[in-house]
Amino acid sequence: MKQWLYNIFILGLKELRSLRADPVLLFLIVYIFSFAVYAVATGAKLEVSNASVAYVDLDRSELSGRIIEAILPPEFDRPQEIAASDVDRLMNDSDYVFVLSFPPRFEADVIAGQQPVLQLSVDATAMAQAGNGAVFLQQIITAEVNKFVAGDDSSSSLPIDLIITAQFNPNLQSVWFSSVMQVINNVTILSVLLTGAALIREREHGTIEHLLVMPVLPSEIMLAKIWANGLAIIIGAILSLWLIVQGVLAVPVAGSIPLFIAGSVLYLVSVTGLGILLATFTTSMPQFGLLVMPVLIVMNLLSGSTTPMESIPDWLQTIMQISPSTHFVAFSQAILYRGAGLETVWFDMVIMVLLSLAFFIIALLRFRQTIASSH
Amino acid sequence: MTLGAANQETAQEAAAPVVQLRAVTHRYGATLALEDVDLDIPAGCMAGLIGPDGVGKSTLLALAAGVRRLQSGDIQVLEGDIRDRRHLQDCNYRIAYMPQGLGRNLYPTLTVTENLDFFGRLFAQPQAERQARIADLLQATGLDPFPDRPAGKLSGGMKQKLSLCSALIHDPDLLILDEPTTGVDPLSRQQFWDLIDHIRAQRPTMSVIVATAYMEEAERFDWLAAVSDGKITATGTPEEVRNQAQQPTLEQAFIAMLPESVRAGHQEVVVPPFQPTATGYAVEAKSLTRKFGDFVAVDSVEFKIARGEIFGFLGSNGCGKTTTMKMLTGLLPASSGEALLFGETLDARDMRTRQRVGYMSQSFSLYSELTVRQNLDLHAELYRIPLAERAGRVAQMLQSFELEEDADKRPDALPLGIRQRLQLAVAVIHSPEVLILDEPTSGVDPVARDAFWQHLIGLSRNDGVTIFVSTHFMNEAKRCDRISLMHAGRVLTIGAPQEILEESGAPTLNDAFISYLKQAADESETAAPQGVPQAVDQPDLQAGGSTLVSDVQPAPRRRLFFNLARMWAYTRRETLEILRDPLRLTFAFLGPIILMLTFGYGISFDVEDLPYAVLDQDQSAESRSLLEAFSGSRFFEERDPAYSTAELAARLRAGEIAIAVEIPPDFGRALLRGEEPEVRVAIDAAMPFRAETARGYMQGLALSYIEDQSERTYGSVIDTSYASTETRYRYNQAFKSVFALVPSVIMLMLVLIPAMMSAMGVVREKETGSIANFRSTPVTRSEFLLGKQMPYVVIAMVSFFTLLAMAYWVFQVPVKGSMTALLVGTLFYVVASTGFGVLISTFTKSQVAATFATAVVAIIPAVNFSGLLVPVSSLSGSGRMIGLGFPSAWYQQISVGTFTKELGFAELWQNHIALVGFALFFIAASILALRKQEK
Repeated sequence: MKQWLYNIFILGLKELRSLRADPVLLFLIVYIFSFAVYAVATGAKLEVSNASVAYVDLDRSELSGRIIEAILPPEFDRPQEIAASDVDRLMNDSDYVFVLSFPPRFEADVIAGQQPVLQLSVDATAMAQAGNGAVFLQQIITAEVNKFVAGDDSSSSLPIDLIITAQFNPNLQSVWFSSVMQVINNVTILSVLLTGAALIREREHGTIEHLLVMPVLPSEIMLAKIWANGLAIIIGAILSLWLIVQGVLAVPVAGSIPLFIAGSVLYLVSVTGLGILLATFTTSMPQFGLLVMPVLIVMNLLSGSTTPMESIPDWLQTIMQISPSTHFVAFSQAILYRGAGLETVWFDMVIMVLLSLAFFIIALLRFRQTIASSH
Repeated sequence: MTLGAANQETAQEAAAPVVQLRAVTHRYGATLALEDVDLDIPAGCMAGLIGPDGVGKSTLLALAAGVRRLQSGDIQVLEGDIRDRRHLQDCNYRIAYMPQGLGRNLYPTLTVTENLDFFGRLFAQPQAERQARIADLLQATGLDPFPDRPAGKLSGGMKQKLSLCSALIHDPDLLILDEPTTGVDPLSRQQFWDLIDHIRAQRPTMSVIVATAYMEEAERFDWLAAVSDGKITATGTPEEVRNQAQQPTLEQAFIAMLPESVRAGHQEVVVPPFQPTATGYAVEAKSLTRKFGDFVAVDSVEFKIARGEIFGFLGSNGCGKTTTMKMLTGLLPASSGEALLFGETLDARDMRTRQRVGYMSQSFSLYSELTVRQNLDLHAELYRIPLAERAGRVAQMLQSFELEEDADKRPDALPLGIRQRLQLAVAVIHSPEVLILDEPTSGVDPVARDAFWQHLIGLSRNDGVTIFVSTHFMNEAKRCDRISLMHAGRVLTIGAPQEILEESGAPTLNDAFISYLKQAADESETAAPQGVPQAVDQPDLQAGGSTLVSDVQPAPRRRLFFNLARMWAYTRRETLEILRDPLRLTFAFLGPIILMLTFGYGISFDVEDLPYAVLDQDQSAESRSLLEAFSGSRFFEERDPAYSTAELAARLRAGEIAIAVEIPPDFGRALLRGEEPEVRVAIDAAMPFRAETARGYMQGLALSYIEDQSERTYGSVIDTSYASTETRYRYNQAFKSVFALVPSVIMLMLVLIPAMMSAMGVVREKETGSIANFRSTPVTRSEFLLGKQMPYVVIAMVSFFTLLAMAYWVFQVPVKGSMTALLVGTLFYVVASTGFGVLISTFTKSQVAATFATAVVAIIPAVNFSGLLVPVSSLSGSGRMIGLGFPSAWYQQISVGTFTKELGFAELWQNHIALVGFALFFIAASILALRKQEK
């Protein structure tokens, strides 16, 4: 047992030395945890932000002007006026997601109580923004019209006072969410690729055979790869969370950092194990690359880190339970945003341990078999 | 035929050298490969470069063949300056270059005929000419019985013949062979040289330059140059060279001519006689057999090796030596039979037996990223040498294998001889009782080889280590106590070298081996007339019909900048290779289908079933009717009610509920009094998108509740609004995610998978060495790259059609706009995405790096900045730049536009233009980044 741990330790050190000697991989690790996180967190927002709006104003009244004035960043870009004849073309070109059309005599009709109709065209192919953006625009319009009619700013036509507070992220800042989720997605990509490639490379260079004639067990080789690559990645991830997410992007972290790191370690063991498992199914890098691509995309896009888990059909949610990313995303959201403790996240942690064990055992069973067959 | 005339002239002026080097110096980083070399290699004869690995022979040949770029000095080849681009192009037609490494320029999954066909196409030979030449070459080399066998399954000797055929397919004027016989059995070697002689007899004007590490072979060359450490040490006929050094053999002459410093410490290898000290056997093989599928790699092998004995294992590459050795080390389980170590059945799991065995595999298999010392340390640790002894043991190894000077260098930077010493040091660091060495000296220079053998003999005679060693070198075989000859998986004979000589009656071991091989071939022919390789069969060179130099008239050579036939050669070959790798093909087609299914059903921006809990402190009729509005909505899903504010907060924190609704006491009464009572709603905003949607739902719900209330109170709905907004969801009236997602998934799949596939294209050839064919033949960069890209474009298009079919029939998402615009756009897009892969491929050095670079570079813009999740029009800053700087964002417009917006070329043409721009840019950048000559 002592020797077993010792071998895992020194083989892992060897793995770290190999990594240090590969500038391309080091560069990619740095890139993926710094620029890639920053660009995605600040660039792509799922909620309505910067949505492009145009308007056709056949009324040119004070009211239409007020409504347009009220459409403000950050949710919306400053609205652009376009000609009625250009609406179709510009929407076809996807230049605008929303186009508002004020009919002639709009203001006059409002004053006269005629209930004029405002046209709001929405590009429904812009899924993430179309629905919420339309709701927001309607609210803005209603509020402005009401204010205009009442002649003051205080009017409320509701008999109840609905106070909606957003917990854990009061201003609904997407950067809070997407930065951390991007770190998680990148951890997944790197873990699977690095460990899988490390195994395939040893096999292609013949060094794995060399290890196997020595008093070294396959489990030692695999665990060494897991801990060494996992360590490199977790250091990258923690630095990324600390410097990029907390530092540059100023995202507050609610929960216990040690607990989060403990969970990350479990997650890394499971995904690096998955990387090794996938590598045992392939014999060359081209095959590995092709196998890994869809696995990574599914693991990242359906884990709840991009779209809400509830929106995924139940059967697919069930399937996604075998992906460690699903559990890690749930775990991270609970700790980092909601400040939840062990009593909430223990179940996801247990599942990650079980998945790690399952991946590891299957990989171990396949290990000798693949070495023997690679003639 | 002006070229023919030129050849005649060359022949007449036999004095003019075919290759002339003046002051040629070549470096790899800090390592000096060639140092100020002046050399005239005579034309019209067989000229040899002799010397061990790593002295600069290969560099010299590569420079002469024009596959490597000249750094300094001048080289004239075929009476022209190799630096002259026009002359270099000319040389590509007139020179044939066979790179080092058995069959390295061949394609293992392609058959014999397909390989040759590919080479014929590289020279744009018309089909009839190609077929005639292939038939002639196969017949002349005796490969004609196996036209459909994959090159990877040929024996070493046959591979080498096939390589030669591929070099001869275009009637070269200069044939450059880099160590063509390394790793081939003696009979095949002999046949190879006979073949070369035969060709030269038929084509006296052809010059041949050969590099070899086997000094015996050099005896038959017309002229030779001895190369040592980047310098020429002697030139002349073999006799002249021997006389110069006053030595009886070339090998001894070579050693004698080495500089004093290198020769220092060299001494004749003397083997003290073997005196068994212990009884019993160290290694026993009992009808050991290994099959790979139908192929029997090792067939009932039997032998016993006494303790302390040096047992030699001779045979060609691929005869089963390595497989046997792997079974003895436990790396491979035996299909049947038994391997015994020290009288006990080998148990691969037993760690104690592993402590008793040292193994050195055929290729260098230590970690090149660790230094010499680190490698030794690692092995000392893994072999459990106690900590107290470890440092001493490593120091002792460094000293006794003379590695102290290089202890802190990485193995990559060391010559092969030193690397082999390091491997031996590593293999014996734990003082094993048995050493299994798989061709430890192949490619090592004679001095280093002798030094290596001094170590082996010392280990055997002084420390009583049993040594089981395989080799190609007959003078090494002579040093063994006993040897066995192996061929085609079977042991032909076992005995002391002297016994074998006597038994066969042959003058040398080489001849003895050849006679056993011939005997075995005859037997196998009678025993199994069809299946077994007849490679050892002497081809009938004298037969009139079989001629290596074809009298087929070559088609007129047109020097075109771009030749479709040559491009097609690469397209065809790449296609065949993909078709022979069904796993890769399956992944390529199945991956997109699986992803389309999971995404089409999985990704949705429709937020539904949000779990909520209520703390109703009022419990009035009014509060219940407000709550009914919630429970009636499909957007919300009710959970057990809460009983305290703290409980609500805790459940929200735990993620059990997404919305917490708190109704204060006295809500009902306050409402009736018109006091606008507060209702507190907390939303879990950990995921902002979901929270934002939920907030919208809440506000809508509150409004409908009010309308509901007024209807109950007043009997009719009082319209509170002064104006209404009519929202039209264009392009997707039902506002269902699937209509937006299906076109987006197609966008995603058609960039990731094709790029990943094509990214392996060039870099794989770099790793396997077949890139040499591109460098040494007239094929141009654009023909090479476009030819390789083509099959991936086709695969991507086929994949597109399967996705299109799924969109129609599985998701009921039809193309509403112009199908032509979609098809044309898709074609441009996949040309761009495969071009992107090819570009990555030309930059990277290893397949690992290419996989990483493609995955990392492509996934981020394609997933985040191409309109899959967020419309490009609302991206800002760097995100927008990244999005627009990648083809996906442009194709997204075409895909979404034609599927859902009923658009056509009229509206989308800018996107088509952009995609063409990307495609051209990627292809042009790849062509510029790829060098025809290696640096």
